[in-house]
Amino acid sequence: MSSQIPDGFDLDLNGLCEMVVRNDLRSAKLPEDTILAELNRHGYSEDTVFAVKLALEEAMTNAVKHGNKCDPTKRITVRYHIAPQRVIIMVRDEGCGFHPDTVPDPTAAENIERPNGRGIMLIHSYMTKVYYSPSGNEVWMLKLRDEPRN
Amino acid sequence: MEQPSSHLKVRRADGVSVVEFADRKILEELSIQEIGEELDRLVETEAGIKLLLNFKNVDHLSSAALGMLITLNKKIKERKGSLKLSDINRQIFEVFKITKLNKVFEIHDSAEQALAGF
Repeated sequence: MSSQIPDGFDLDLNGLCEMVVRNDLRSAKLPEDTILAELNRHGYSEDTVFAVKLALEEAMTNAVKHGNKCDPTKRITVRYHIAPQRVIIMVRDEGCGFHPDTVPDPTAAENIERPNGRGIMLIHSYMTKVYYSPSGNEVWMLKLRDEPRN
Repeated sequence: MEQPSSHLKVRRADGVSVVEFADRKILEELSIQEIGEELDRLVETEAGIKLLLNFKNVDHLSSAALGMLITLNKKIKERKGSLKLSDINRQIFEVFKITKLNKVFEIHDSAEQALAGF
């Protein structure tokens, strides 16, 4: 299944690097190590590196646990483009997808003491733009260089 | 007195168990379950435990770590104890603010301040 570049991400699919990793948390660190090294090479600020690390880790964890449901026969595909002014990362699992609107607000009083459900909110908070494919098993994240977080 | 532990450094100060994390990246997803289990065991050793988690060595955390802290806080409250956090760096404190967990946890700038408040 091939990805479609979402609106607003302004990118050619040929401009993306790709990594496919096994569906476990240790393997899920491999794209993170590669991508963060690239960010550092481009001189991104500590805050931007922190933001991308956090968002990517949450997306990978969701892919391993919720998307692929810890199934060791499944894989996670990561595509990324790291330029001097922006970072684009796509994470796709082999699960049946979900609709982000159905995830309850973890900051609501009735949910604040629930131990789960903060990953998606953190991705949205730290990334400039986030897009979910209609199939719900692919998330695209865009981070612009040194953009102050709201 | 320091107790050997793979992820935590624990010492006693004025009746409070002061916990530091042994590795800067320990709050990542991979080790968070083990850390949660170690903290659980510590809480179970003492009813009404006074526990201070010092974040001075921590420069990253994930939502899984936040979940672990929430579960730990509930367990400590059930056992009539108290939990305080200290020395959280700017970037990590921002994560607590975004998730509004700075309202759930008692957070102090320094371990000294936290200890004075138990």
